[in-house]
Amino acid sequence: MALGVSKKEKIDGLAESAGVSLAASAWKRLRRSPVFLIGATIIGIFVVLSLLSPWLAPQDPSVPMLIDQVVKARNEIPPPQPGHLLGGDLQGRDFFSRLLVGSQQTLIVGVGATIIGLAGGLILGTLAGALGGWVDSVVMRIVDVMLSLPSLLLAFSIAAMFARPSQFTVILAVSIVQIPVFARLLRGSMLAQRHSDHVLAATALGVKKGAIVFRHMLPNSLSPVIVQSTLVLATAIIEAAALSFLGLGNPDDRLPEWGQMLGDVQNVFDTHPHLAAWPAVCIIVVALGFTLMGETLREALDPKNRR
Amino acid sequence: MALLEVRDLSVVFQRKGEAPFHAVDGVSFDVEPGQTVGLVGESGCGKSVTSLAIMGLLPKRGAKVTGSVTYDGTDLLKLSDKQMRDKRGSELGMVFQDPLSSLNPVVPIGLQVTEVLERHRGMPRKEAMIEAKDLLDKVGIPDPNRRLKEYPHQLSGGMRQRALIAIALACRPKLLIADEPTTALDVTIQAQILSLMKELVQDLGTALVMITHDLGVVAGLCDEVNVLYGGKVVEKAMRHKLFAEPRHPYTHGLLASIPRLDAPRGEKLTPIKGSVADNIPWTSACAFAPRCPNALDVCRAETPAEVDKLGRLLRCHNPVVPGTPAAEEVPV
Repeated sequence: MALGVSKKEKIDGLAESAGVSLAASAWKRLRRSPVFLIGATIIGIFVVLSLLSPWLAPQDPSVPMLIDQVVKARNEIPPPQPGHLLGGDLQGRDFFSRLLVGSQQTLIVGVGATIIGLAGGLILGTLAGALGGWVDSVVMRIVDVMLSLPSLLLAFSIAAMFARPSQFTVILAVSIVQIPVFARLLRGSMLAQRHSDHVLAATALGVKKGAIVFRHMLPNSLSPVIVQSTLVLATAIIEAAALSFLGLGNPDDRLPEWGQMLGDVQNVFDTHPHLAAWPAVCIIVVALGFTLMGETLREALDPKNRR
Repeated sequence: MALLEVRDLSVVFQRKGEAPFHAVDGVSFDVEPGQTVGLVGESGCGKSVTSLAIMGLLPKRGAKVTGSVTYDGTDLLKLSDKQMRDKRGSELGMVFQDPLSSLNPVVPIGLQVTEVLERHRGMPRKEAMIEAKDLLDKVGIPDPNRRLKEYPHQLSGGMRQRALIAIALACRPKLLIADEPTTALDVTIQAQILSLMKELVQDLGTALVMITHDLGVVAGLCDEVNVLYGGKVVEKAMRHKLFAEPRHPYTHGLLASIPRLDAPRGEKLTPIKGSVADNIPWTSACAFAPRCPNALDVCRAETPAEVDKLGRLLRCHNPVVPGTPAAEEVPV
């Protein structure tokens, strides 16, 4: 008799532990994935640095402390020295501090542009994929027009339309360029969902159209969009850098941004490669981090992969 | 009056620049409350299209549905989209063929059951969850509390089909259409699912339209059987009558092609020659004539008329004589 009771208890305990939520099981899988851990570590360090950089930076990034060492005629740039780990930049400001603080601006531009682009793409893609018919045709023709222009050229044109460039115009220009990519991707997977059996089954249950779109079609269509947004984070940072380089970026360089730093030193690259190399390496590492994390996230969140 | 009266239902698929295709061609049948009616035929004979047409799930463009589907006095084909949506799930239930792809992979089972309850019975989520647990319990899913939180891929094939049946029966529809509900399951599970459906239909007094190519399912479940070929009903009779004395050569061939355990070892199976692709249009001939062992000249020249005799509906110029043994019928 006692045996029977303990057996029942065991089964009850199992029942409680086995009904796991999606987030919990995704986390369980992620924790064991070394790729995710690498990506998450990079992004974690990047985010923490960008938040704390104003306090972490050894010098004020916007004050030209080494201006006396800068000799314009000879293209002189202050070398590393005590108190200035990586030396100064073209204006004699502490390079290491600018690199640290740059993470903040880079994060704002990258994340801001991706979020706005994602939001626009989700709206357009959902409209096209859910409604179909002429709405789909109109949206997709607009998307085609936008995609037919090279993305950088489009971003330049949008940024150039603003009389006074600022950080916000950079974000806007980069994000608008990303909208068609997201829209087309989402529309494609929404269309596939539209003809899937479970959408037919939901229709056969009299589920309302809104619920079919937002509960049955959209969640099943999001995983390629999530992956794309991690890649877009990387390209957004790079495109913002390109805008800055062409003088369409934020003219106020007191608060540094990696792309801007990269653009500023184009002329001295052959004599002082470290000035370009450091921001470039930072951009690459952060972009890699986002890509690694996004890819593993997608795998973990896809219920079809959970066995 | 019967609960569901399908009269002269036709579905024509038409594409620009292509000849129209008659997927369903003048199908009529009745279903009474508590009765089970089978629609039987091989792939491509119009079974599934018939069920989709009854549910109003065919695409508006490209598919032309004519005839009438009278449910409880109203013609479903004349209802607006919104009225039809209100009927689906609450009064008309449907169980699909593939239980894995018919469940939303990213939504837990519980939410998929409560969705119908919230939609049609206006239940709050919490109340619906309790009802959902009872439903899963009723269809024989062990440990329903745990299963409510799980995703479709975490359930076995049989359990998924049970869950689908629970969803379809959640609002106690008066009519349930089951489109090959056992095809994707293995044989032992098939038997369980069939006896479950039989039980539920009896308990709730639901009318059931069973669509299948499996005559074993028909023998176990259906009261009346419609044999479809090329979009037309070729033979309709009560189950016992049909199995004891198949008159249409197609029905006869279907029965003869079932492997028998008591047949001598090494005996060849007897399939029906050819495939649906050999069909000729019904317009001026019998569509089955090219594959029919009994075909006469008249079969290729004249559409056979529907003859209703002694409780059996038959569409054939040269029916099988009762008592003909199966084996010699269709030489391979």
